[in-house]
Amino acid sequence: MGRINSLEELKNLRIRLKENIFKTDRKRVRVCCGTACSAQGSKKIVQTFEEESAQKGMDIEVLMTGCQGLCQKGPVMKVEPYGYFYQKVTYEKVREIISKTFSREAPVRSLLYRESVLDDPIKKMDDLPFYKKQVRIVLRNNGFIDPCNVNHYIAVGGYAAMEKVLSTMTPDQVLEEVKRSNLRGRGGAGFPAGRKWEHCKKSTGKIKFVIANGDEGDPGAFMDRSIMEGDPHSLIEGMLICAYTLNAEYGFIYVRHEYPLAVKNLRIAIKQAEELGLLGEDILRTGMNFYLDIREGAGAFVCGESTALVASIEGNRGFPRPRPPRLSEVGGGLWGYPSNLNNIETYACLPPIIENGAEWFRSIGTENSPGTKVFALTGKVVNTGLIEVPMGITLKEIIYDIGGGIRNNRKFKAVQTGGPSGGCLSEEHLDLPVDYDSLINVGSMMGSGGLVVMDEDNCMVDIAKFFLSFTQRESCGKCPPCRIGTYQMLEILEKITSGNGEEGDIEQLEKIGNLVKSGSLCGLGQTAPNPVLSTIKYFRDEYEEHIKDKYCKAKVCKGLGVYRIDGSECFSCSLCKKACAFDAVNETKDAFYIDRDYCTKCKACYLACPIGAVKIGSRVIPWVIPEQCEGCSDCVHACPVHGLKMYETENEGIFIPWLSDPDLCVSCGKCSAVCSSSGVVLTTHVQEAKQRFLTKRPKGLVIEDEKKKSGYIESGSKNNATESDSVVLIDSDK
Amino acid sequence: MNIDQINVEEQIGPVGKVLKESYGNRSVLIHCLQMIQAEEGYLIGDSLSKLSKKLGVPLSEIYSVASFYKQFNFKPRGKKVVRVCLGTACYVRGSEKVLSILEEEFGIKDGETTEDLHVTLETVGCVGCCGLAPVATINDVVVGELVLKKVGKLIKSIKEE
Ligand SMILES: Cc1cc2nc3c(=O)[nH]c(=O)nc-3n(C[C@H](O)[C@H](O)[C@H](O)COP(=O)(O)O)c2cc1C
Ligand code: SF4
Ligand code: SF4
Ligand code: FES
Ligand code: FES
Repeated sequence: MGRINSLEELKNLRIRLKENIFKTDRKRVRVCCGTACSAQGSKKIVQTFEEESAQKGMDIEVLMTGCQGLCQKGPVMKVEPYGYFYQKVTYEKVREIISKTFSREAPVRSLLYRESVLDDPIKKMDDLPFYKKQVRIVLRNNGFIDPCNVNHYIAVGGYAAMEKVLSTMTPDQVLEEVKRSNLRGRGGAGFPAGRKWEHCKKSTGKIKFVIANGDEGDPGAFMDRSIMEGDPHSLIEGMLICAYTLNAEYGFIYVRHEYPLAVKNLRIAIKQAEELGLLGEDILRTGMNFYLDIREGAGAFVCGESTALVASIEGNRGFPRPRPPRLSEVGGGLWGYPSNLNNIETYACLPPIIENGAEWFRSIGTENSPGTKVFALTGKVVNTGLIEVPMGITLKEIIYDIGGGIRNNRKFKAVQTGGPSGGCLSEEHLDLPVDYDSLINVGSMMGSGGLVVMDEDNCMVDIAKFFLSFTQRESCGKCPPCRIGTYQMLEILEKITSGNGEEGDIEQLEKIGNLVKSGSLCGLGQTAPNPVLSTIKYFRDEYEEHIKDKYCKAKVCKGLGVYRIDGSECFSCSLCKKACAFDAVNETKDAFYIDRDYCTKCKACYLACPIGAVKIGSRVIPWVIPEQCEGCSDCVHACPVHGLKMYETENEGIFIPWLSDPDLCVSCGKCSAVCSSSGVVLTTHVQEAKQRFLTKRPKGLVIEDEKKKSGYIESGSKNNATESDSVVLIDSDK
Repeated sequence: MNIDQINVEEQIGPVGKVLKESYGNRSVLIHCLQMIQAEEGYLIGDSLSKLSKKLGVPLSEIYSVASFYKQFNFKPRGKKVVRVCLGTACYVRGSEKVLSILEEEFGIKDGETTEDLHVTLETVGCVGCCGLAPVATINDVVVGELVLKKVGKLIKSIKEE
């Protein structure tokens, strides 16, 4: 294709392409070839389609699009002109699609989306609950056009915003429009893009840079990736608009190397734009120059931070540096030249803003956070994938209406927003409207748009540990509070999750967390403690349970809880016994049981049991009810650690069992199992029970002959020696 | 890899015109390291010395930069590089278990390579297919929804030549 030599030519080309491409009556499939769908075999589907339709002599256009959003049900496709939306397509189904849909206009029912097996299938994409509440501005072309074909982009109105800017607006007018739109940076902090541009525009100097941040290091986020892969020209157009405003001649897109498809599609897009004269020298013969290039990251999360990113492009270690000077100032940017850095999504928002005007943009979303936000919705929701919603939508709408609720009918527990810098929100926040400020107010943040939903099987302490171990690993090490503080916090979390937590650990975490926040140079350190602090804030009881009761109710943390095999469920397959590396699972004539002396709580047996008969219980401790006790002392004999002993109460001649040292108890429950009169029951209120055993101990201790003979008295008397004088030994020999 | 073949000017791109030579050379350093690693599998000292001469960047600084980034290796790696995603989405859906199964199967830990140089096991913080969590990649090919049954298949396909 030849070069376009004027704005007029571009306009004519667009009109021509609009007529010829995407005719509405054409037989066409739009097959998603995003990363997730490709991993599920969409390339093969495309190939089969081409072969089969050629064989049948049918004229079917096969389009390879970027991510369509519902990745989890991939590979997905749209079949036109009927508008059917097919999911979980396999290449074997292609023949059926051709014979049923393209020959007889009937849907292939097995490929339609259903809410549940009992519900009617939904035929059209827009009727899917997943898409209904979405407003697609940034993702307008994702799933619609072939990202590797610039003609497609132009046909759907691409480069029209640039045309408008070049033909009718001065740079100042563009800046004014962007400022009025109140577009806030989508990379995390939400700084207004217009104000950032203004700084850079004011800086003197002939050379300026426009940089797009496609590092997207947050684990669990893939918004920017989908834009770069699925609609690269909208990013390029956004950068061009910025370059025009700032009078910048050079641009870079910094992409993480884990995204090979994004790099490939961007390279193709840049090449095509250059060939058309939309990039490079003398763009559209208007005299504007803009050279755009790609730089690949090399696997360091901190390089997403603006100053570190610049250092990395320059070929240095990616250390952040203090600001000022800001990137936008002379001496602060790339090679010292003033530079403007924005996130991929921020740039992709610009063409629609310019085309439709700032007022239109402000009519979407909330007062202080206009527009939409792309989220990567993942975790335990039914429908995971890429969504774009107006700001101000509630978390509940996102999780239940779009996401379809929690998988497997489990209960919602938390949602994590903002990646490793953000926080975990609990049920009470479900009605919170999502925008930059509301999330900050509750101790989390928007971040780049990861939304990870968690259910009751996720342990919040473990999740906090997970995020912290990420930031701890990724800390560049420049600031001691960040480097050492996160390490210390991680150690405490390790301690808690392995069952060795102590009183005061939570306070210690809070103290170090606040120190790390205030003493770190860059955003990584300043936000690293957030996941820990927010989980402490909203799920403190879970921390306390780990520390005090040594119990993890989600049964995630190893080293916590009490393991037992439920005899009524166990069908003696002996898999648990094989799994145990510590020989803690024993076998009697008719049952398996776990010897707690040997058990290391490694969870191997729990995971090995095919029917879930291995139970992890919370820590329990006996509770003596004197009124019910008949004084038989059966429990004393049943106790394997000889913790229970008989004591004489104030009423002479009446004896009850008592734990002399509550720490001896291993929560086996045998005492209450043998008791025939409910004199000893089990309680999960370990702290209260312990306290009671220590403070309300009856005066007289009885040690029976029998026990003395079998040598039990040694262990018993050792404990007694340290006890207070108030305990009088009543030895029956005396 | 033939270091002499690297065309520095081409790698820098148009911006080279306005940069001092030392800036320009340095700015392609990471890209050159990536090229060397792509071709040779890891960063061989010999190639690095040649690169140092070519770009005029001291060898010590090349090591300083290369060791900062996780992508670069100084030891040979296996024919099959298996990366288990430990990103958030995969983690909450149990990818740690997948990792531990693989570690046990091949007798290596995260970051290590089997002695026969067949498998390298690594972790990665999100490959951008969170919708398919838990995810692993074998030489950049994504394998998703790794429920236990599929892990068996995964192991088989890793063991294949
Ligand atoms: C540790 C760290 C990692 C970051 N990672 C990213 C990233 O992956 N992508 C991104 O766009 N911004 C990231 N940021 C934010 C950038 O520093 C910067 O604020 C942003 O790219 C500016 O663009 P915006 O104003 O359009 O949001 C990160 C910040 C920090 C401190
Ligand atoms: S806060 Fe942490 S990551 Fe940021 S510069 Fe300091 S040490 Fe490096
Ligand atoms: S938790 Fe581990 S040590 Fe304890 S019984 Fe089960 S397999 Fe054995
Ligand atoms: S990759 Fe196909 S829907 Fe996301
Ligand atoms: S978290 Fe594993 S692919 Fe994103």
